[in-house]
Amino acid sequence: MALGIGCSSRPGKAGNNKTGSWRVFKPIFDHDKCTKCGMCKTICPEGCIEESEDDFFIPDETYCKGCGICAEECPSDAITMEQEEK
Amino acid sequence: MAENSCELFDSGHRACGGCGAALVSRLLLKATGKDVIIVSATGCMEVFSTPYPETAWKVPWIHSLFENNSAVASGIEAALKKQGRKEKVVAIGGDGSTFDIGMLCLSGAFERGHDFTYICYDNEAYMNTGIQRSGATPYDASTTTSPAGKCSKGNNRPKKDLPQILAAHGAPYVATASIAYPSDVVKKIEKALNTPGPCYVQIHAPCCTGWGFEGEKTLAIGKLAIETGLWVNFEMENGVVTRVKKVVRKPVESYLKEQKRFRHLFKPKINAEEIAKIQAIADKNAEKYGTDLKLKSKSGPVVP
Repeated sequence: MALGIGCSSRPGKAGNNKTGSWRVFKPIFDHDKCTKCGMCKTICPEGCIEESEDDFFIPDETYCKGCGICAEECPSDAITMEQEEK
Repeated sequence: MAENSCELFDSGHRACGGCGAALVSRLLLKATGKDVIIVSATGCMEVFSTPYPETAWKVPWIHSLFENNSAVASGIEAALKKQGRKEKVVAIGGDGSTFDIGMLCLSGAFERGHDFTYICYDNEAYMNTGIQRSGATPYDASTTTSPAGKCSKGNNRPKKDLPQILAAHGAPYVATASIAYPSDVVKKIEKALNTPGPCYVQIHAPCCTGWGFEGEKTLAIGKLAIETGLWVNFEMENGVVTRVKKVVRKPVESYLKEQKRFRHLFKPKINAEEIAKIQAIADKNAEKYGTDLKLKSKSGPVVP
């Protein structure tokens, strides 16, 4: 893989590691209850919740580890955790 | 204010699901923006974010040892000053690196008055090496080097008061924050960055693996620590406490019983004597910083 001067690694290469495979529970976002406050995006330790074009929030399942912080902290209870079948 | 819409901390880092420190790194980069040089001590954050050659940081980042974090930051700050460059220098370390091993260099850098910001993500033990006690471990917490058992009730020393120690160095800005209040964290880091001189921000970052609670509770536990008075969010400017987060306090049991590291206080039977000692620590904190919120009842008289 390409490295920088002094064998330093390129910035932001952690994305190669698809941490979504760690997940047991998957967050399900209910857009009817969502008030678009953006709390989930602010507090996600993975930084994997993106804002879609219509201002709703969507988790990136490639990286979501299923920790459930978003579901716990959502002020309008719009996120539920469901066990995932793989 | 830094442009903070873009994500400078990449997904795909190896932190546990529900990691408090991972959220600290994200919030840190929200506050700093891209014109920053991060100096990172050894610790959980260094290990989970940068297994070579995959780094999660999209800003210049240098790894130092546990002990010389602040010395490396001092050198970078002096070099930037000589070159007339305007990047901010931020050193970040865990509580082991900050409270114990890096104390010498941290004290030196603060005494010399370098213009940098030191961030400590405080998860209250050496989590990376397997939960050994540190100077930041609270009273009675069970860790692998202070295990609770027949003869021991866990860590027998109170938490070191590092913010006060650094304020005594003459630091212009010292603050504590908690990831339970993310916008407060960002605001305090921004304030530290914009204050000339050595500034210190200590961020409470609950650790689900080390403390023993479910990953989704990370922020809830952080909030409980503040609501019980065992963690105080305050700002100190030039040694004077200028702002404190006020709360209607809950008994400490509500915080302790959520975590495995305090389980020995409740099982096999409730250890009221030890819980009273922890409650006394919370009472002392509340008195020292004046965190108790006095609620006015509808009929008029003030009730606690």
